[in-house]
Amino acid sequence: MTEQRLTDLGMPQRPFAITLDVGSSLANHTGTWRTERPVYVSNLPPCNHACPAGEDIQQWLYLAEEGGYEAAWRRILADNPFPAIMGRVCYHPCETACNRAEIDEAVGINAVERFLGDQARVEGWALPTPAPGSGKRVLVVGAGPSGLSAAWFLRLLGHDVTLRDAEDRPGGMMRYGIPAYRLPRDVVDEEIARIETLGVHFELGSRVDDLEPLLATYDAVFLAVGAHVGRRAYVPAGEAARIVDAVSLLHDVEGGTAPLLGRTVAVYGGGNTALDAARTARRLGATDAVVVYRRTRDRMPAHDSEVQEALDEGIRMKWLSTVKHADEGVLLIEKMELDETGFPQPTGEMEELAADSLVLALGQDADLALLDGLDGITTTGGVVDVDPSMMTGRIGLFAGGDMVPSDRTVTVAVGHGKTAARHIDAWLRGTTCPPVPQRSLAAFDDLTTWYYSDAPHRVRPRLEGARRAGTFDEVVQGLDPESALFEARRCLSCGNCFGCDNCFGVCPDNAVKKIGAPGPGGYEFDFDFCKGCGLCVAECPCGAITMVPEE
Amino acid sequence: MTEAPIRFYQVGSFAVGNRLLPLEVRTVQAESDRSNAITSGHRACQGCGEALGARYALDAAMAATKGQMFAVNATGCLEVFSTPYPETSWRLPWLHSLFGNAPAVATGVAAALKAQGRDDIRVVAQGGDGGTVDIGFACLSGMFERNDDVLYICYDNEGYMNTGVQRSGATPPAARTMTTQAVGDDPGNVFGQGKDVPRIAMAHEIPYVATATVADLHDLEAKATKAMSMRGARYLHVLVPCPLGWGSESSATLAVARGATQSGLFPVFEAEGGEVTGVTPIRRQVPVEDYLSMQKRFAHLFSPRRRDDVIARVQAQADKNIRRYGLLEES
Repeated sequence: MTEQRLTDLGMPQRPFAITLDVGSSLANHTGTWRTERPVYVSNLPPCNHACPAGEDIQQWLYLAEEGGYEAAWRRILADNPFPAIMGRVCYHPCETACNRAEIDEAVGINAVERFLGDQARVEGWALPTPAPGSGKRVLVVGAGPSGLSAAWFLRLLGHDVTLRDAEDRPGGMMRYGIPAYRLPRDVVDEEIARIETLGVHFELGSRVDDLEPLLATYDAVFLAVGAHVGRRAYVPAGEAARIVDAVSLLHDVEGGTAPLLGRTVAVYGGGNTALDAARTARRLGATDAVVVYRRTRDRMPAHDSEVQEALDEGIRMKWLSTVKHADEGVLLIEKMELDETGFPQPTGEMEELAADSLVLALGQDADLALLDGLDGITTTGGVVDVDPSMMTGRIGLFAGGDMVPSDRTVTVAVGHGKTAARHIDAWLRGTTCPPVPQRSLAAFDDLTTWYYSDAPHRVRPRLEGARRAGTFDEVVQGLDPESALFEARRCLSCGNCFGCDNCFGVCPDNAVKKIGAPGPGGYEFDFDFCKGCGLCVAECPCGAITMVPEE
Repeated sequence: MTEAPIRFYQVGSFAVGNRLLPLEVRTVQAESDRSNAITSGHRACQGCGEALGARYALDAAMAATKGQMFAVNATGCLEVFSTPYPETSWRLPWLHSLFGNAPAVATGVAAALKAQGRDDIRVVAQGGDGGTVDIGFACLSGMFERNDDVLYICYDNEGYMNTGVQRSGATPPAARTMTTQAVGDDPGNVFGQGKDVPRIAMAHEIPYVATATVADLHDLEAKATKAMSMRGARYLHVLVPCPLGWGSESSATLAVARGATQSGLFPVFEAEGGEVTGVTPIRRQVPVEDYLSMQKRFAHLFSPRRRDDVIARVQAQADKNIRRYGLLEES
């Protein structure tokens, strides 16, 4: 402005020798210096990536950190109807993937999930409301984790769902395969009851033998009959040898008709079921339970936590051994050795092992008799082939859980149920399931771990080994509220803003603005002044900002 | 350590704020209504540690004095990039005089306020290491000696960065500057020269002396706040990495400052009446090599020939600091 005009506007005359008005540096838009600009991102945390049920773990931990337990629980329910069950039986691949393990120890995600699941049971939080009725009828065969999960999500999507199971009580392997000391039955009952409350029709004690007429009656069918047939292996045995299979043993214990096993019990196999059988045998009164396995502990398919718990309870392990012959009260054992490839080879060296009975835990097969005669179905290795939408070769017939190719865990089964439900819904509505947007994985190297406090893992209390071996009481206990909150707050929030204000604080140019409550979406860059130095990116604890080239 | 013990939050006392922290535990810099004493549009380089350090210290002092504050500024980068006539980035009463007399001018301002009976308005003087350690040192020592009621803040970027990266009395040994080039048998700044002004300030037995870095905001703010709660001559020495002069990445300013403290090369402590009253222990110790290798001004220690002898002398200096201030004694 000219001096004349300023004077006209009533501006004061300048002092002697001053020719320019004082101005603010705000007029100097230093954003023009920039060659790269920061942008906020939301990357995929490794826990979420690893979850077979597709839970958004980082998100529900984020909600739990503020004590928003009900919101956190609802976030879990969006992907998994069984937080309290998951918090007990899931083998938590999330914790194996957790970035925090590189600093101290993985976050106790499973323990927090159990805490949330149990809070819901105590407080009786209301269930979500199903979508308006679609008029479509869906049959789910098998009330195990996969079938229940599918029923839950299909019902929430507005469909009329009928759930049939051969057993008198729902739960499948959660009830008939997992012993009560790992999964108390009241937890199973309460979480399954929600599905009935939601409006799913249960038809129990009604085995499905002929699918063809049902396929005509229902708009879609989801099969999840599990794998309940104990695998047979030929063990030469004398007349009086007592041999049972582990699946039947666990099933009969649940049904109250446990077989008499005797004082000494040998279990043949190296999976989780073998350990469950051995631990159950101890609880049924066996003074000595021995697991006989062909290889070594590090090659055992059973999870380490279960092996440790079994050892704590006094279960003995006989590594590098096979059962050659079973007779009354005694087994003939052959010693094995591992070859270069890790495969066990016989040595010809024999010994005897006293055992009143032998439990075979050599794997399970699915009973696929109900598929006989159906067109289009193919199987591979005793399980049913499905496409990525979980549909079998028969149009409108979907399948999941242990009867399709996969890892056989409760969490995988729940994930199958959810995936199938979404595709069944899309199929019934004549659309396709929208693909899940791909996010880049949040790596440990993206984190600036300086900012996280040193906070050791809080462990869940356990019943002592000697005390628990004689009872079916739950072995692993829950976290108290303080420990649960502590554990949730150990989350590093990998790849997702958690509202620490660091970007706002470390910008030398005041070019980060707060536009709401701290947290995702709570900040914005002022590109008039951002010089593109990248300090906000380098100092973001969780790697939720990245630099992109300026256009 | 001047800070409260580590909390078990997702971020404890290390990040700027956190939605999980109670308001009173968050930093001034976490607040939307911080004063931004040095506002946007200043012409500091990308990732400037001094711009950040000045805002951190002054915003905390502004919060502590409820904005009743006056700043005097020595010549240097901070003055040049913030105040190219006629525009200014300062949002508080601010006075610039000469390179060497900021402590004396601040003393005069404080005396004038006292004469007017205005004991509610507090005076802060600030400058870089050139204006403080070298050119303004006589005035500074006089200010300490008279115990004038001024907080003097030195933003130490270890050289004359404004005029083209020349050596100052705060430049560390072995560092390459334009006047200590990486040529000859013993390149870089020589060992055994320079001044440790925080310790010289302590020798004046003034009420408060503290060191801090831009990498530990909670600590820096606590010290600025504490200094403003006291009267008399106070001295705050803040390490502010200079991406241009040090040859570090503009995004690494805070990481470099952390390296200085975690190697032990820059001890973080406070002293009252000439006695050390608190130190910030090293949290994750690193060898000095990790710190040196982040900066091109030490590149000649690694290439073309590795100078293990020189690196060992720098390490010995860090070890001496660790011993002198007990930087590893508590955790």
